[in-house]
Amino acid sequence: MVTLSGIVAQILAIVVALALAPLLTGWVNQWRAWLQNRSAPSLLQPYRMLHKLFNKESVLAESASPLFRIAPYIVFACMALVCGIAPTLSTDLPLATAADAIALVGLFALARVFISLAAMDIGTSFGSLGARREMLIGFLAEPALLMVLFSASLITQSTSLANIVQTIAHQPFAIYPSLAVAGVAFTFVALAENARIPVDNPATHLELTMIHEALILEYSGRHLALIEWAASLKLLAYSCIGLALFLPWGIASADTPLAMLIALPVLIAKLAVGGIVLALIETINAKMRLFRVPEFLATAFLLAVIALLVHVLLGA
Amino acid sequence: MIFLDWILGLLGGWLALGLAGLFALRNTDFVARVLFPAGSAIGLALAAFALLALFDVPETAILAVGLPDLPFHLRLDGLSAFFLLVIGAASAGISIFAAGYFRHGEGTPPGLLCLEYHVFLASMAMVVLADDAYAFMVMWETMALSSYFLVTANHRVPAIRQAGFLYLLIAHVGAIAILLCFGVLQANTGDYTFANMRAQSLSPLWASVAFLLATVGFGAKAGIVPLHVWLPEAHPAAPSPVSALMSGVMLKTAIYGVLRVSFDLLSVQIWWWGVLLLGIGLITALFGVAFSAVQTDMKRLLAYSSIENIGLLFVGIGLGLLFKAYGMTALAALALTAALYHVISHAFFKSLLFLATGSVLHATGERSLGKLGGLIRRMPWVATLALVGVLASSGLPPFSGFVAEWLLLQSFLFTTGLPNSFLNMLIPVVAAAIALVAALAGYVMVKFYGVIFLGQPREPNLAHAHPASPLERTGLVWLGAGCVLLGVFPVQVIGAIDPVTQVLLGDGIATAVRTNGWMLLAPISVERASYSPLVFLLVVVGAVWLTATLVHRFYHGRVRRAPPWDCGFPAQTSRMQDTAEGFGQPIREIFAPVFRMRREVPSPFDAKPTYKVSIEDHFWHWLYLPLGRLTEGIARLVGRLQQGRIAIYLLYSFITLIVLLLVAKW
Amino acid sequence: MDALLAQSINLFAVVLLVLAFAMIAQRRILTLIHLFTLQGAALVAATLVVAYLTGQHHLYWSAAITFVLKVVLIPILLHRVINRLNVRWDVETLFNIPTTMLIGIVLVIFAFNLAAPIASLSASVASGTLGIALACVLLSFLMMIVRAKAVPQVIGFLSMENGLFFAATAATSGMPMIVELGIAFDVLVGILILGVFMFQIREQFDSLDIRHLEKLKDE
Repeated sequence: MVTLSGIVAQILAIVVALALAPLLTGWVNQWRAWLQNRSAPSLLQPYRMLHKLFNKESVLAESASPLFRIAPYIVFACMALVCGIAPTLSTDLPLATAADAIALVGLFALARVFISLAAMDIGTSFGSLGARREMLIGFLAEPALLMVLFSASLITQSTSLANIVQTIAHQPFAIYPSLAVAGVAFTFVALAENARIPVDNPATHLELTMIHEALILEYSGRHLALIEWAASLKLLAYSCIGLALFLPWGIASADTPLAMLIALPVLIAKLAVGGIVLALIETINAKMRLFRVPEFLATAFLLAVIALLVHVLLGA
Repeated sequence: MIFLDWILGLLGGWLALGLAGLFALRNTDFVARVLFPAGSAIGLALAAFALLALFDVPETAILAVGLPDLPFHLRLDGLSAFFLLVIGAASAGISIFAAGYFRHGEGTPPGLLCLEYHVFLASMAMVVLADDAYAFMVMWETMALSSYFLVTANHRVPAIRQAGFLYLLIAHVGAIAILLCFGVLQANTGDYTFANMRAQSLSPLWASVAFLLATVGFGAKAGIVPLHVWLPEAHPAAPSPVSALMSGVMLKTAIYGVLRVSFDLLSVQIWWWGVLLLGIGLITALFGVAFSAVQTDMKRLLAYSSIENIGLLFVGIGLGLLFKAYGMTALAALALTAALYHVISHAFFKSLLFLATGSVLHATGERSLGKLGGLIRRMPWVATLALVGVLASSGLPPFSGFVAEWLLLQSFLFTTGLPNSFLNMLIPVVAAAIALVAALAGYVMVKFYGVIFLGQPREPNLAHAHPASPLERTGLVWLGAGCVLLGVFPVQVIGAIDPVTQVLLGDGIATAVRTNGWMLLAPISVERASYSPLVFLLVVVGAVWLTATLVHRFYHGRVRRAPPWDCGFPAQTSRMQDTAEGFGQPIREIFAPVFRMRREVPSPFDAKPTYKVSIEDHFWHWLYLPLGRLTEGIARLVGRLQQGRIAIYLLYSFITLIVLLLVAKW
Repeated sequence: MDALLAQSINLFAVVLLVLAFAMIAQRRILTLIHLFTLQGAALVAATLVVAYLTGQHHLYWSAAITFVLKVVLIPILLHRVINRLNVRWDVETLFNIPTTMLIGIVLVIFAFNLAAPIASLSASVASGTLGIALACVLLSFLMMIVRAKAVPQVIGFLSMENGLFFAATAATSGMPMIVELGIAFDVLVGILILGVFMFQIREQFDSLDIRHLEKLKDE
């Protein structure tokens, strides 16, 4: 049932996500710098970056087609919608009925296909190379993510993310071994999907290793800003989904202003810790060779399948 | 009674158009401008009548054609009407495209092509209408023969003749299996009407034999592994509208056959049938998608992608059978709805993609992905519509492919309720594999679209590529609109699928779906799972619009055109782009055991290095070549009988006569 | 609280299973030893929980023995072996790893199904884990088959023993003390023999590759 408070919660969720996403990126960057004994950029650096890029003119390749120009908007819109259906603050979201966990995976795939096609559009060697690698990661990460979400939905008998989270958060505390395994798989997938070490290094332009950066090499100005913002949104969405599935406590199920007020600091605290953990993972791991990436993701896929099997065996 | 009469009238119209083509054998203009558009209109009308008939009571008719005392029994029920709808709707788009396509007249004269084409259409429609084995087989063979002639339209090319031969051969192996299946189904009563077959209650053994024969027979037509080898040869060989018709529509008649036999004609279902179809489907899907990822010919790529989709259909049907065998009809209805949704969705998007390759082929004369590229700038209409097809084919929301995939995955999520612990564990693994196939399909489609339409033209002559003609565009628009509408209005489409599951299972999901309004698809309950593509589409489009407006309002919309950046590398040429081979490389590595690969890697000191990789099918070497050698060996043995002397031949006849007389005396 | 502890046995079981898979996927011997140590620790934890829940005091003893043996003694021994032999790496497997893992999944399904009817008969606190224990045994067996070097084979053998021990603890609430002591002793002796065996292969062939043993058969 769509209620007024639901709509308010929905808009609030998206706005909070849009506003918070660059902050999370900045936080992770800051911690990574600290952990690596470097002096860290300001927490607000991503915002300045976005502002600068939006102000610059956009330099388009001569051969760019309309697809190239519209892709950043589509990617951004997809990620905004993802943040709208991922249970960040509240689980009473009107949009959540429009797209469930499977549609969520589809949404990520839609964004990926568009950004890959856009990368191939100019016809440079880097662009098409990046597109190939991105699709390679995608086709392995996507089913793994789907299986992770499936093991959660087998427990809760629902594929609606909001319902999954609500069910897990509001029943007496119980240990789900299948969820534990799925959590590990999810971490693997999240690292790969967000172009993090050990799969990709967001801070490099080294042609032999880059994936995400190769895709967006031809973008500049506002288009690049949108893509970077969308990447932040994706990181935030993945973190929120992970936190909501595996540590769901503190999320608001009703939209009383009080519940939302409690939920926001809890979410920020969880994200802060999550960001540090991510920075830690990125610091203590080395980037693996590209040929090892399929193995890495296959392991994630396998873990997710084991999670499903364990659920069937133990019923938990 | 009226719908069946109207539909038969329309099929007669198709035949008349075909015959008219015979009188205007070489008049390309007349055939293209008058006959094919008329055929398209008939297709549209057929779809309309089929849609009306879906919700009506079954009708029967007896046509007194053929042999005396053996009239054609016809029956129009929900299942037939649904497949007629698919045939009509898809052929409407394909025919109008063909009107713009058949303008040069390759090989076969256009008038003759028109006859074969319309006979092909009419025979497909008759196959799904047939209500006795005799009519079914006659129409099935007509369908095979007419499509054979269409495949070999360009019969001056030896490779095309070979492809046609292979197609005909496997089609006939399949036909024999179907014939035997009907023989088992009539259970020695001598009455070959489907009504009689329904009334028989076969023992589990004979029912299984019939089911297996049907699987082999219809599977040969559908292209399940290992009977798929004709498909990647025949589909690319045919002219594009014919490829579209074969891939988008003809394969579905095989699906119709499987559904008709296993759910309707056989009164009981056994659980392992479902597991068998599930396994076959899964292998076929994985095999098809892995091979399509490594193809370098755009039509072969699509042909393998059709194999993959047939695999997914078999998985859906297998799941439906499994549920039905355990008496869980509501879940069986969900799985079958997913399969039928995929039937209509695949009919649209695969036809669209094949037609798009047709336009590309006409504009450039190239089929090889290695010689295409950058066509989005030369052919914006085709490129845009092909993008719709590509997105639908990748199973991305909010297009048609996603709904089918969504329903299929939902039905997998329910299988934990099966009363068999082994199946309960096997099925999550199958679901995982299906997810993998779906994701790989996205990979394939990005390759397909990116290499053909995006990037820089790989050959200089691509600069002269001309856009598609208005008639071609009309056909593409019709099919593209279908992909979008089927994706956005799932509740209504499921309403049209419901009569089919009612016929097959006595149960359907439409009533459950309708309770949540016309926008929200929730097959069981909203709490359990829901998806609303319209909202999805509106939100994404709205967000794109809002973002663009806000960005331009608060900042600026300035754009400067410059040469590509490419990390500052100035000597960029179109040959430095990733090729189709390059795009398939990761798949070649990961799925290496699936392929029979031969590679020639140049030495580093080679002045003119060449790299060659050829990918073949293991089944050729493991199954078909040994079979071929065996056949040749037997033929040589039999050949010894041939002495060339009349006296010896007469002796053979004489001995035969004596033996027969002896047998008769016994 | 007790319910949570009972659930934690399932969790430890799954940890054991995942570690068994991780061992199959792992190429480095050093990491393999770490994984084995972790597996031992999970086993100790599971035994302690079962001991607490069922109130069988001898299980505390067996947990202690397991800890000493599998978390401390054997890993140290193994570390010393690989340092002495200087084989910290092992890139060779007889099959490629993804294939092995696929076979592993099949084994898991097989084991789960095999154990399902037995588990329904048993009334122990964590009967559902029997399937997992069986899967661990089979996976370790698989690892022994596919590894080309002697050290990973030994680790596979030890990990198989972990699985057996876990099956005994979880499904039947422990074996009699004397049997357990016997097994512990056996394992220790086994490791010593295998240690000697490894040094001997190296002496003989200048390598730890067990494929050299193929030469020893009659021609």
